[in-house]
Amino acid sequence: MTDQVHGRLDRARLARLAATVIAATVVAAGCSAPGSNEAQEPGAGASTPTAATCGTSPVTLRGYFETGFPLAKALTTEFTKQHANVTWDIREDQFAVITQNAPRVLADDPPDLMRLPQVSELVKDDLLKNLDGYASGFGWDKWPASQLEQLRLGPGGRPRGEGSLYAMGLNFSMTGVFYNKKLAAQLGITAPPATLADLDGMLAKAKQAGITPIVQFNGGATGGLAFPLQDLMASYGPPGPINDWIFQKPDATIDTPANLQATKHLETWIKAGYFASDANATDYAKMMGRFIAGDALFMFNGDWESGNLDKQMPGNAGFFLMPPAQAGGKEAAMSAPLTYGIAARAKHADCAAFFLNWVATDAQARKITVEVGGSHPMGPADASMPTVKPGSVTAETLGAGAKVAANNSAMDFIANATGAIYAKSWTPQLQKLFAGQQSPDALLKSVQSDYTRQVGS
Amino acid sequence: MTQRTLTARPGRVQGRDRASAAQRRRRGGRLRTSVLIGWLFVAPALLVYAFFVLRPLVMTIQYSLYKWNGIGRSTWVGLDNYAQVFTDPDLFRSILNAFELIVFFSAVPVLLGLVIAATIRRIAASRLAMVGRTVLFLPQVIPLVAAGIAWSWLLSSTGVVNQVLRAIGLGGITRAWLGDFSTALPSVGVIGAWVLLGLCTLLLLAGMSKIDSSLYEAARLDGAGPVREFFAITVPSLRQELGVCDTVTVIAALASFDVIYISTQGGPGNATMVPGLEIYYLAFSEREVGLASALAVVLMILVLICVTPIQWLTKEDTK
Repeated sequence: MTDQVHGRLDRARLARLAATVIAATVVAAGCSAPGSNEAQEPGAGASTPTAATCGTSPVTLRGYFETGFPLAKALTTEFTKQHANVTWDIREDQFAVITQNAPRVLADDPPDLMRLPQVSELVKDDLLKNLDGYASGFGWDKWPASQLEQLRLGPGGRPRGEGSLYAMGLNFSMTGVFYNKKLAAQLGITAPPATLADLDGMLAKAKQAGITPIVQFNGGATGGLAFPLQDLMASYGPPGPINDWIFQKPDATIDTPANLQATKHLETWIKAGYFASDANATDYAKMMGRFIAGDALFMFNGDWESGNLDKQMPGNAGFFLMPPAQAGGKEAAMSAPLTYGIAARAKHADCAAFFLNWVATDAQARKITVEVGGSHPMGPADASMPTVKPGSVTAETLGAGAKVAANNSAMDFIANATGAIYAKSWTPQLQKLFAGQQSPDALLKSVQSDYTRQVGS
Repeated sequence: MTQRTLTARPGRVQGRDRASAAQRRRRGGRLRTSVLIGWLFVAPALLVYAFFVLRPLVMTIQYSLYKWNGIGRSTWVGLDNYAQVFTDPDLFRSILNAFELIVFFSAVPVLLGLVIAATIRRIAASRLAMVGRTVLFLPQVIPLVAAGIAWSWLLSSTGVVNQVLRAIGLGGITRAWLGDFSTALPSVGVIGAWVLLGLCTLLLLAGMSKIDSSLYEAARLDGAGPVREFFAITVPSLRQELGVCDTVTVIAALASFDVIYISTQGGPGNATMVPGLEIYYLAFSEREVGLASALAVVLMILVLICVTPIQWLTKEDTK
């Protein structure tokens, strides 16, 4: 009896609680829609044309940078040496965390300078400062246009590649193929491959000799097979349509005949056992560790590791651009600025812009960019280039960068097309392809379908 | 006399009434004061609870009715997000994965915990029992993130698990356990079972220490062996403890996040994707706050649907 009474009481209490929650929800839903009262101060208005400075009063610039990449901090340290009134308050996170945090941080607690993930959606929400005024003030608009093309966006964040400038690069990075010189010599490989068939031959030779041909990360939420895939796309087709897709141009598609050939080629590498068998359980750090330890002949990666490889395996790492499918074809590469932006509501926007200009134009800053960042600095076409040690892998990547610039064959990373396309489309699809659970054709169709849903047209 | 009595009675009655009314008022006043003081004591906790638990709950339900990227303006979509939870194969698959994890996170620790607790109880006096308790409880004091990292190493292609398998001649079955589509989810399940086994064992052991030893003596006099004792006395006496273990572990399975985020991040190819992780990706990567909230509400309801019968079945019988 008591139990029954308690049961009735419990039920009554539960019903009251449920009714309260439902009523509160209805009231909350009726009162104000989420986000409706959080309109951002528009960042769409361009900054006035000015060659801004940091002044002479003490300034503390707030930075939000990517952990594990020492370039940004090295530059800030040098900047403070030269401009003693500027100090830094720096927060660091992994890139994946920054990607997830970017909108909220820029909206709620805007830093002055921030490492940015994909920028279209941030521009759409008016979270980034329009840099057109600084560009004309500092003369950035007189630099080779291709340097800043990827950082220009149309109204509302689409398309990319044209329109106002919303971000800047500390340098521009590029990907290709690193190789272990000792292992290559063992296999009798003396020159980089001239065609894709040459590269296929080298992979087969390594496999026959019992050397792992390629170590590549593809585990967790980061599908590293996107690197060789995009390199193969560059071998088979021009970079233009891929850039159009990344820049969200109308009717752009990744599901093209050339990209299908590239994906099929990647599948043949997988089936031939050219990748380490545990690629789907290998993360980026493990891949780097294995390559440095000499466990594999090739690694598809970017020049941001050049400085590190020169230190970790001096004289033993080489680099080449992905060769074209046909002899005589142009080598292309994934190449993008190391993107930094200024928050729309940044307290010290002028000083942050001055810093970005200093990074591209100061001789010492350019030296740090090359030595620590391993990549080509941004800046005017006639800007001084720091000297690097001949024979180092940094020298090779810088040379390759010049070749891509001359070829006009740079393209952005296919993972940057939308905020979610990498983690939720490319990564699971490439992991399925590696495990033999997805066909090349279905992979491209699936990514395109996700892209259309995310982009909204 | 009678009249006096009669006349006096109403007076006495009125007097008593007045007195009792005053007492009632005093009692009522005291009651109201004590209730007020009670509410004053409860108020801080209630306010914190309302702000940090009920408010987010209500807001989650509210967000689930909108399409919203977390920053800009939102659009009312009614129950569309809920429809998507059940029609999007990826989202639905994550729910099924969570139910599969119940086997590892709940069934294995509870059943194995029962056996281990019964064994430890039988050798309670020995040093081995103490060592066993400590070793089994160790996962509870290790942060889950650290456990996830350690297990990622153990289960890697060159990890200890594969080294042992090769050493005993089972090299043919070695693989990257967390990177293989067929073994990733069970491997994550093993990590969960390892984490929760100690908790279940200790809870059940505590429950066993409360069982009247005369019951065992009586059973032994009746000729019952250890197995019969276990099923006839131990298990029925642990009804409430089993209820607690089941509740905690089923919630851990359905709402799992940390171990999976650290060890596989939902991969390979969504093979270990669970609702907790999916909510995180939807909200922060895909910026689909409304859809993430709808999945969160569905997950909460699923947890209640699974846990309520356990609570009901294992409730103490007071009749």
